[in-house]
Amino acid sequence: MTIKEQQDEIIADFDFLGNWDDKYEYIIQLGKELPLIDAQYKKDENLIKGCQSRVWLHVDYREGKLFFTAESDAVITKGLISLLIKVLSDHTPKEITDAQITFIDTIGLSSHLSPTRSNGLLSMVKQIKMYAVAYQSKSLQS
Amino acid sequence: MQDNATIIEPSMLDIEKIRRDFPILERTVYGYPLVYLDNAATTQKPEQVLKAMDDYYHTINSNVHRGVHYLSQQATEAYEAARHTVADFINAAHTHEIIFTRGTSEAINLVAACFGKTELRPGDSILVSAVEHHSNIVPWQLIGEEKGATLKVIPVDENGDLIIDELDHLLKGVKIVAVNYVSNSLGGINPIREIIAAAHRHGIPVLVDAAQAVQHLTVDVQELDADFLAFSSHKIYGPTGFGILYGKESWLNKLPPYQGGGEMIKTVTFEKTTYNDLPYKFEAGTPDMAGAIGLAAAIGYVQELGISNIQQAEHSLMTYALDAMREIPNLRFVGAADATHRAGVISFLVGDIHPFDMGEILDKQGIAVRTGHHCAQPVMDRYCIPGTVRASLAIYNNRTDIDRLTAGIRKAVKLLA
Repeated sequence: MTIKEQQDEIIADFDFLGNWDDKYEYIIQLGKELPLIDAQYKKDENLIKGCQSRVWLHVDYREGKLFFTAESDAVITKGLISLLIKVLSDHTPKEITDAQITFIDTIGLSSHLSPTRSNGLLSMVKQIKMYAVAYQSKSLQS
Repeated sequence: MQDNATIIEPSMLDIEKIRRDFPILERTVYGYPLVYLDNAATTQKPEQVLKAMDDYYHTINSNVHRGVHYLSQQATEAYEAARHTVADFINAAHTHEIIFTRGTSEAINLVAACFGKTELRPGDSILVSAVEHHSNIVPWQLIGEEKGATLKVIPVDENGDLIIDELDHLLKGVKIVAVNYVSNSLGGINPIREIIAAAHRHGIPVLVDAAQAVQHLTVDVQELDADFLAFSSHKIYGPTGFGILYGKESWLNKLPPYQGGGEMIKTVTFEKTTYNDLPYKFEAGTPDMAGAIGLAAAIGYVQELGISNIQQAEHSLMTYALDAMREIPNLRFVGAADATHRAGVISFLVGDIHPFDMGEILDKQGIAVRTGHHCAQPVMDRYCIPGTVRASLAIYNNRTDIDRLTAGIRKAVKLLA
């Protein structure tokens, strides 16, 4: 599935959910269900400092694709992260750098990407893109 | 002392009438009527304050203390009347002991910089408490680094009470004590009378950070015998960007000026400048006239309601809130569990729910609280928590707000737990 298709699927899922509590219930469920990161990677080097919730991000590069795992101590943030990873993991660095992340806005959670929110999600999108750029230039060199 | 703190009688004040003075309380958030419980961060402004500032710009705006013309004289009179209102409000012995600043932070920075410049030597200490806002830690660290002085800390117990048994011992080598009257993160009322008395026994001056006190309690600088006291306008229903430093005349005369500029000088030549008298020595540049007038209107509003009536009404609501919140399973208060030694602030956590998650679900229900470390990271470290959820009260909050809060918490628990 392409990044766009993944996002469309999430948008379709959220269309089924009527009011805000159903949406949050779904996000919270995602946050609780997913064991996102291997304990060995939950270390300070992988910590993305959001103001209020802590987010750890780990990247693996296999066969030309990037795979992300992440964790947060706040469950709503964790749920949103799991959506983000679903969309961006298992893609090439170029696909990730080219991607427009529209689904967070479309499902009505754009406030989570505002810098004033400081929940780490915006920093996480930036960090994923930075990894993608780094691996892209690395693969071009080799 | 706050001796009437146990009265839980219905308020002398008509809270519903008070609410109508605050236009912002009529708005909705996500379709819900706003429940504003972030008053320790900033309070809303009554119509009386908005009108005073509006009138100022509409009718007498001009630069103070300089103009020969009519408007300037009117503006100067209003501006100096505001200083008098503040002096009267905190019972300063002299009006010129009131220095206008941009807020509590600037007031503390002023004392730290000026006091530090002449009074601190390598090896000296500054004594703060474990429940300070960063604003009453960092300015002292800055001047301490410059002068080779270090911070010492009055510890806090599990209930949020400062431990002052060892105070005499702690005061050795200390040049100044800087403590808050009410903690912004926990809401505890600190024993500042005891702290001031102990410091004075050793001849050490005390700065009181009253940012979370003046809007809730009677503050009388002469009765406290505080050497310096700071507070912000925007936390007592006044405009943002304005604040007060009170200093005893003897101290203010002794300290060097803070910043240079217009207004703070008497004569300037390229060889030598002589400084103006108090309070102008510490007020460089064109001041915030509208800010001063807005704060005076806010203080007038508070005085009309009566600070002891406010204290009683807030205490009654605080007791109601604590009782209602205690019914919520797994909710725990951070800091004191009762209303007697508490003003304005309720800091809490529920189970292992992250404060950020709780704050977000409350926000979605139109309830404004603060989450996080509340600019008091050492307090959070002390209790080994990432932060708290903080609901903070003002005079316009009512029982409906508290009912909405507790229902909101229960809903959040249902979603998150």
